[in-house]
Amino acid sequence: MRIFSFSEALNFMRFKWPALMLSALLVLGSLGLLAVKGINWGLDFTGGTVLEVGFTQDADLTQVRNVLAERGYADAVVQYFGSSQDISIRIAPRDGVEQSRISNEILTALAQTTADGVEMRRIEFVGPSVGGELREQGGLAMLVALLGILLYVGMRFEWRLSVGAVLALAHDVIITLGLFSLLQLEFDLTVLAAILALIGYSINDTIVVFDRIRESFRKLRDATAEETVNDAVTSTLNRTVVTSLTTIVVLVVLFYMGGALIHNFATALLFGIAIGTYSSVFVASGIAVQLGLNREDMLPPPPPEKEGEGTEPLM
Amino acid sequence: MLNQNPLWRYFVVIGVLLLALVYAMPNLYPEDPALNINATRGGAVSETTRQQLEQAFTSAGITPKAVTLEAGQVLARFQSAEEQLRARQVATELLGNVNYVTALNLVPTTPDWLASIGASPMKLGLDLRGGVHFLMAVDMKAAMDKNINDLVQAFRADLREARVRYRSVAADLERGEVQILLRSAEDVTAARSALSKIDREFVFSEGAAEFSLNVTLSENRIKEIREYALNQNITIIRNRVNEIGVAEPLVQRQGADRIIVQLPGVQDPAQAKEILGATATLEFRLVDEQGDLAAALNGRLPPGAGLYYDRSGQPYLLENRVMLTGEHITNASSSYDEMGQPQVNISLDAQGGNLLSTATRDSIGRRMATVFIEYKPGEELQADGTPVLVKHEEVINAATIQARLGRSFRITGIGNPAEAQNLALLLRAGALIAPTQIIEERTIGPSLGQENIDLGMTAIMWGMVVVLIFMVVYYKVFGLIANCALVANLVLIVGVMSMIPGATLTLPGMAGIVLTVGMAVDANVLIFERIREELAEGRSVQQAIHQGYDRAFATIADSNITTLLVALILFGIGTGPVKGFAITLAIGILTSIFTAVVGTRLLVNLFWGGRRVQSLPM
Repeated sequence: MRIFSFSEALNFMRFKWPALMLSALLVLGSLGLLAVKGINWGLDFTGGTVLEVGFTQDADLTQVRNVLAERGYADAVVQYFGSSQDISIRIAPRDGVEQSRISNEILTALAQTTADGVEMRRIEFVGPSVGGELREQGGLAMLVALLGILLYVGMRFEWRLSVGAVLALAHDVIITLGLFSLLQLEFDLTVLAAILALIGYSINDTIVVFDRIRESFRKLRDATAEETVNDAVTSTLNRTVVTSLTTIVVLVVLFYMGGALIHNFATALLFGIAIGTYSSVFVASGIAVQLGLNREDMLPPPPPEKEGEGTEPLM
Repeated sequence: MLNQNPLWRYFVVIGVLLLALVYAMPNLYPEDPALNINATRGGAVSETTRQQLEQAFTSAGITPKAVTLEAGQVLARFQSAEEQLRARQVATELLGNVNYVTALNLVPTTPDWLASIGASPMKLGLDLRGGVHFLMAVDMKAAMDKNINDLVQAFRADLREARVRYRSVAADLERGEVQILLRSAEDVTAARSALSKIDREFVFSEGAAEFSLNVTLSENRIKEIREYALNQNITIIRNRVNEIGVAEPLVQRQGADRIIVQLPGVQDPAQAKEILGATATLEFRLVDEQGDLAAALNGRLPPGAGLYYDRSGQPYLLENRVMLTGEHITNASSSYDEMGQPQVNISLDAQGGNLLSTATRDSIGRRMATVFIEYKPGEELQADGTPVLVKHEEVINAATIQARLGRSFRITGIGNPAEAQNLALLLRAGALIAPTQIIEERTIGPSLGQENIDLGMTAIMWGMVVVLIFMVVYYKVFGLIANCALVANLVLIVGVMSMIPGATLTLPGMAGIVLTVGMAVDANVLIFERIREELAEGRSVQQAIHQGYDRAFATIADSNITTLLVALILFGIGTGPVKGFAITLAIGILTSIFTAVVGTRLLVNLFWGGRRVQSLPM
């Protein structure tokens, strides 16, 4: 079984401009969203307290909010978490109280509201200074990852491809962040891990295409850069689609079965890998071609021809 | 002949797989709920105690799987968690909780032959196991302040001893220096030489005022003080953690002023926090009997004395001179006096004994107050957003000194037994020179931990099933070969994770395994697609297999190195769960290259290599 079977290369580079325009629009739109709506930073980055509490029956959010308001936590965000018997309570960092004790106080207060008591499922408290540090580290990690990839690809390939790859990566990351901003999904440490994993996987796709571009340049001696890229993208298209499919399928499983804690992690990767597949086909090589990628750049210095190279070995 | 397997390749692949399989096996055996019973303060549990425990369990109708004595502690295994909880009650009733600590635990049931080759199950992160994770910050400013204040006391004595007359010795805590005012230039020189004899590391400078001398600590000394404060806290927290009764606690330094505390299986984070978070010390001071208490209350403090209150608000006038501080306390326990009233028995180290003995020699018949000092985060915030720690001082009691006190004495007049017990615990755990506070907490309830494991397992299983089916449909027999590689890959990941001591499985780590399942087929997809292409270009079957693997390998290596790079970065910056993700990701990448490139090649060569086949079933 094969998904695609082409007798000749598809002209992907014909869509270079429309694709680059679309990507530019998406990136600008995402940046706009990030500027206007911002990111719904999770507890890890803002500091504060999150409690996950289990009730034996369906939880009454209004009652919980009232109990919290009585204790002076009127600003608490209370919502169902995973099921209607579980709730999560998020409290912004506040001054002047010993923050690590807030969770105890709330648990005691909630336990008094029901006869069966409540179950402490999860408490997370992050001090404001720790939140700031995590944010800094996270940003730094993303930059280091991109820089490391820029260097590696620059070393292994050619600078135009390297720039194309890293721009395509930044494109994937920015648009995924844009989605998180649009839907106001919570961005916590696991989502950061997902974004970094996305960087890893998206570059994976791109490199497979680039590898083939290099090879095609050697094979098709008279072809233009665009034709060569088309040939490379077409011949790797099956692999690109199959791998993306299997990955997306397991991510769908993770999304539905991984539980509430993994939800945003799966969302980031699912969306990011879809975008990443598109960008490694159209954006990365499109940019490289636009930067003036050509045959001569790809083959420096020509390796000394071995005897018998290029001829079919005998069985 | 192309595509033949050399014999050694079979050995390598089968050997690696067998090794991984053996080391992955302990994960199949369920864990026993168990109790760890330790003696406190470095004591050992005796065989008699073990027998007593066994009898007590039996008479309470509990049949433990085994009660063994190992490395000075009793380990009792039970059939169910319910029996485990009942047994803990039995054990606590039998042994009390002063000299013994009983901790709930889950112990692996790895068979002996596996354990003897060092195989053990994967370590589970707190998000899967349930438990508490704290990050604590040590207040270094307090450590420095205390040191400077101590220097002031010391300098006064030293200058007196060297017969240098001074006007004043005062601490400037903001600048971290001691300011000494003297009477003449000769005295400045004399003071300088006297003090530098005591410690060469003092840094002297001239103060703004005439005949003044400022003393600061050298960088070296400051570093030493900070190290000491951190290490002291780590030791004390270790002691306190042992008092809580946790089976496998982790207390570890992080950076210059942080401590990580992990308490797996702790079900009551509030209690743990109480014990870890409270930083308490004691000071013993004489009550100033001559001073006018009423005048002091109106703001006219007699010289050398300060005003203190007890819990009920009763004021005390106490001398500023501290007879003894809590750091000399070596042991403290609660008990009852002859009247049945709670009391705390305190033992001191030799130096503390001498100090107290000297201080009480001339004070028999006077009253000595015990001041309990606790640091609690207050209203004010520091520059970095953490609250400034405020010193709370409370007089616990004031008792008449009946005799010259030595290395052991007792404090009576404590409210109730629970308070006496708590005070003893805090005193025993030691006195801190720098308070700590919790700046991060992550607690996972035990049921959520188990739920996370179940969720992760289902996700891995279904992810696997879907990919396995897809591969067979898409690549037919070659799909089956890729599937063998996928299953082998999973075994390898689990085996390697179990082998590496530092690797911990977390919920994001399980997500990483699911992701690896989806991505691991990539290498095989690359190879198979390449073989199809070579076939389409008209190469022979053997050529196509050979070229397919060869050419795909360069691509596989290139594309995976970058992913590995990202995994390393994640490992470097990540904490806890995220680190777990990075580990499974990195291991998954390496094992999937092995199984896809080396493993499937073996099978493909075995079935089709070096034969006259016209087409491949793909």
